[in-house]
Amino acid sequence: MAIFFLRRALTLFATLVATSIIVFLVLEVIPGDPAAVMLGVNAQADTLAALRAEMGLDLPATERYFNWTLGLLQGDMGNSYTYGVPVSELVAERVVVSLPLALMAIVLSTVIAIPVGVLAAARHNKPTDLGVMGVSQIAVAIPNFWFAILLILLFAVKLQWFSAGGFAGWENGFWGALKSLLLPAVALALPQAAILARVTRSSVLEIMGEDYIRTARAKGLGKSSALWRHGVRNALIPVITIMGLQFSFLLAGTIIIENVFYLPGLGRLIFQAIAQRDLIVVKDLIVLLAGTVVVVNFIVDMLYAVLDPRLRGGGHG
Amino acid sequence: MGEIFKKGLGNRSFVIGGVVTIIFILIAGISLLWTPYPFDEMTIASKLKTPSGDHWLGTDHFGRDVFSMMMVGARNSIVVSLVAVSIGAGFGIPLGALAAARGGWVDEAVMRFNDFTFAFPALLSAVMITALAGPGAVNSIIAIGIFNVPVFARITRGAALPIWKREYIMAARVSGKGPVQISIEHVIPNIASVLIVQATIQFALAIIAEAGLSYLGLGTQPPNPSWGKMLSEAQTFMFLAPHLALFPGMAIALMVLGLNLLGDGLRDVLDPRLRRQR
Repeated sequence: MAIFFLRRALTLFATLVATSIIVFLVLEVIPGDPAAVMLGVNAQADTLAALRAEMGLDLPATERYFNWTLGLLQGDMGNSYTYGVPVSELVAERVVVSLPLALMAIVLSTVIAIPVGVLAAARHNKPTDLGVMGVSQIAVAIPNFWFAILLILLFAVKLQWFSAGGFAGWENGFWGALKSLLLPAVALALPQAAILARVTRSSVLEIMGEDYIRTARAKGLGKSSALWRHGVRNALIPVITIMGLQFSFLLAGTIIIENVFYLPGLGRLIFQAIAQRDLIVVKDLIVLLAGTVVVVNFIVDMLYAVLDPRLRGGGHG
Repeated sequence: MGEIFKKGLGNRSFVIGGVVTIIFILIAGISLLWTPYPFDEMTIASKLKTPSGDHWLGTDHFGRDVFSMMMVGARNSIVVSLVAVSIGAGFGIPLGALAAARGGWVDEAVMRFNDFTFAFPALLSAVMITALAGPGAVNSIIAIGIFNVPVFARITRGAALPIWKREYIMAARVSGKGPVQISIEHVIPNIASVLIVQATIQFALAIIAEAGLSYLGLGTQPPNPSWGKMLSEAQTFMFLAPHLALFPGMAIALMVLGLNLLGDGLRDVLDPRLRRQR
């Protein structure tokens, strides 16, 4: 286990380094003069010189890379050019919207998908199963941002139960803020739930044919108690993997959905930064988001190894 | 080929998915020659009209015909997705085949490269490219293409590994063929069905990704219509003309559903061993 962990941790480190190098190359080296990109063609010579100095562009690229990454490790992400404040402050302000939104979506999709998937498997080939499969097939095909628009049409435009967008702010009351995240979370959760339900179903179906379930049944356990007591726990292993793989879709989804609902999260920040050509913010956010995907996949791998000791052999596949 | 088609006709997913996909491809093709109105013709006098005999799906805020825009949107969506998936397959399949053929450190390197590319959802790549070069359809193609490379590499490697243990590969080796030649002549043809099924599914994902990128303004740029862009414009007029937010979304969902069904059907028809439990 220790060797497995060490190997994966080394890969994690290498992947993070590679990610930061790519982002640095794309956003700081390829443009030639990032300061000129940020200020546009009509920039004054002295403004340009000032920004170049502020960004440390007179230093060689390798030195800039090390300054940047060492800064990141200490929580110093540099200063935003357009906002004039440290990027870490902007991130801290925005993450209190994005993180709860993503977590709500994960919880919602899991709470819906796992029982539905198990139910479909338990009623294999019966109308419930066929219904679940049909509905999930359609739900997978619906883009989350369109579903979000439909939710706005129904709950904000027609019924007027929710506002069509915006964020109430945690400081103005917990429930109000939570309410403004509810529709976005539902929109994010739907396609995830559909995929998870399908994976849960086929995983449970596979488990139900295993010897130990037959043994449990032979011992006198009913079908549903054999399913819940022995089957579901084992069936969840592939489900966790899929949840890990889905994380990058969830992240991309969060960015889109924040834009649909005008939520002041990291996803909106990244678009404001692009519109203002604030490459400093774009660079930091991309590394932060891509790094999160890498770290989550690492955690899922670890979780996987804890749940299924057979996978600790060190092989891949 | 004829046999596969005959078998396919007995498979409901294959037939429904195939028909839906063909309809969309036909609509996209027809848009090259004919649309009810020029897609960029603005008639402000008849803006935000509901569907009628004149304008089958109504008009948008510039008085442009929604049906014509959706026809051209289908074309843009299909072309972007097709090129992006081809890039993914074009780089991913050789990489995966190489990893399976050589094993050892080459395999390890390819797989680690895969993990790394996986960290960049198409949206993040698109954001980076846009920050650098401005928005456009080419961004979508590159970004979605990059995300598809590891998917194809992984699938190819996984499917090719067991093939390399077969006897006919041994025979080919003994006859003096190198790993590249064996991969091209024996391995890839034998895993083609898996790759075709995956390509169909990736095509569906690419349609959604393209729509998402154009919704955010990173993809296809106006005046070129795209389903995603139409949805983001519709959102502004949601209180005045809610129908505008319905049709492009339906088109995306229907096309993706069709491709997914086609993928499921193809999986059953091409390789019965892969048939999922039903």
